[in-house]
Amino acid sequence: MTALRGRARLFGDDVNTDSIISSTRKRESLDPAVLRQFLFEHVDPTFAASVQPGDILVAGKNFGCGSAMEVAVTTVLGAGIPAVMARSFSRTYYRNAINNGLLPLVCETDGIREGDILISDGTGAIRNERSGETLIPEPLPPIMLAILRAGGLVPYMRQNGDFKL
Amino acid sequence: MAGRTISEKILARKSGQDAHAGDLVVCEVDCALGTDGSVPMALDYFKAMGGENVRDAARLVFALDHYVPPTSPQTIALHRVMRDFAKRFSVTLHEAGEGIGHQLIVETGRALPGGLVVGADSHAVTYGALNCFATGIGSSDLAAVMLCGRIWLRVPDSIRVVLTGQLPGGVYAKDIALALAGMLGADGAAYQALEFAGPGVATLTLEDRLVLSNLAVEMGAKTGIFPADAETVAYLQDRTGQAFEPVAADPDAHYSQTVEIALDALTPRIALPHLVDQVVALEDAAGTPVQMVYLGTCTGGRLRDFHQALAVLEAGGGVAPGVQLVVTPASREVRDAMTADGTLDALVGFGATVVEPGCGSCCGTCGVIPGDGVSVISTANRNFKGRMGNAKASIYLASPAACAAAATRGAVTDPREVSR
Repeated sequence: MTALRGRARLFGDDVNTDSIISSTRKRESLDPAVLRQFLFEHVDPTFAASVQPGDILVAGKNFGCGSAMEVAVTTVLGAGIPAVMARSFSRTYYRNAINNGLLPLVCETDGIREGDILISDGTGAIRNERSGETLIPEPLPPIMLAILRAGGLVPYMRQNGDFKL
Repeated sequence: MAGRTISEKILARKSGQDAHAGDLVVCEVDCALGTDGSVPMALDYFKAMGGENVRDAARLVFALDHYVPPTSPQTIALHRVMRDFAKRFSVTLHEAGEGIGHQLIVETGRALPGGLVVGADSHAVTYGALNCFATGIGSSDLAAVMLCGRIWLRVPDSIRVVLTGQLPGGVYAKDIALALAGMLGADGAAYQALEFAGPGVATLTLEDRLVLSNLAVEMGAKTGIFPADAETVAYLQDRTGQAFEPVAADPDAHYSQTVEIALDALTPRIALPHLVDQVVALEDAAGTPVQMVYLGTCTGGRLRDFHQALAVLEAGGGVAPGVQLVVTPASREVRDAMTADGTLDALVGFGATVVEPGCGSCCGTCGVIPGDGVSVISTANRNFKGRMGNAKASIYLASPAACAAAATRGAVTDPREVSR
């Protein structure tokens, strides 16, 4: 798994995809480089401008619920965010994340504060620099790991042409 | 050896594997839907995957439903890209104005008992009403289905939802679905299937069942599946010539949990802003002022919904001053039926704004948008902040009759009071 080092950016429970990126925005463009300026615009209008590459989204339960629109993943990636940690994900967001190479990490997130530096050496465990706490995310099913290791569903399908269990 | 749920049996059939909850399987997809909200990205992924030809165009359906009518050069371009691709590869494409993709999948008999249908839109779960394993996917998964005709799935655990008795007057399928969302919560069925069962199922029409399956995803469910019965077969009779093989759960199938809903005891429900599981008894929200009433969507935009709404509007003497009533039939078939039986004229007579069949105002991508500070009561499935295109509006969700009752008074009103 990818090595990570970034600031925690906190969100609550039941973050829906429309609040990640408003579906009215994707009428005008599907380009993550354009959409990233509207990331979480109705949750925190200052968020998009404050994102630094490497920032990690940290949320409660049911992250990415609602619409299955994939711009809710590509826009996050477009902003330079490599991973989302949450207590649980909606299944469509989880799949879309894997398919695009955004790392969805399922673990307890209660102890993480805004701005905490989260570090992973790529073996899976994530260490909170401030608290010293180490979090072990739930393992991914083998096929998701294979897709993620290939770099997403596009390279996976280029290599395999089909799904292989 | 425990018996199997409907989902386990369908996914075993479609994968050729002995599928049990928790297993990963690769399944043949009977039909895949993409919309103007998802196909443009899917085509980019398809191309990037090296896609030169679609595996089986006969199993693909495109629907232009999110941008109806298209109102910008960008959305016009999205439609054009889809039309060009559909023409080149002989993919069935439903034009803008034909209706919501989910309704069209159901109306054209493409979701069949025992089948597997995916849709690149979360409300693809709707077809579970027809005893079909139906689930929502993103654009990249749709691209892979276009390429290889298959999808990988984790066989879900199932929650058994037992319905008993019969709905009393003034209480509808939407109230059952909202009650269930209130019980389970917005993620209470995450990664799982809802499997409807019990003697109450037979009292529900196919249109009622579509409402329950449609809202399954609002509880995080992968699908919301019904058993097939005479009602299912009757609905499909003139809609497909294809043979199908319904699937029933084994009596000793294993469920992660069983919840029971006594339909007799149910009262009207309402979901408060801004979450679908903020469900209360409608009477507890009675009197809340509303300025916009929305009748439509893949949840509440079918003929029966408009009949129920119209009956309440007539009983209540029409739309109260200051209330905007917006009507969006789910499909042209629905609208034609509303025209034929006078429903549409009657709604227009009450001052309704009628929008072309499609997703309409539901997700704010087209149709009428609520103004700042406006409270909307809607027959839709989602009330997230900003959902209808304005984050300064508030959305309440209720049955078509309850929405109509609110229209007659300009405030949340128990439909049973108006029909009396």
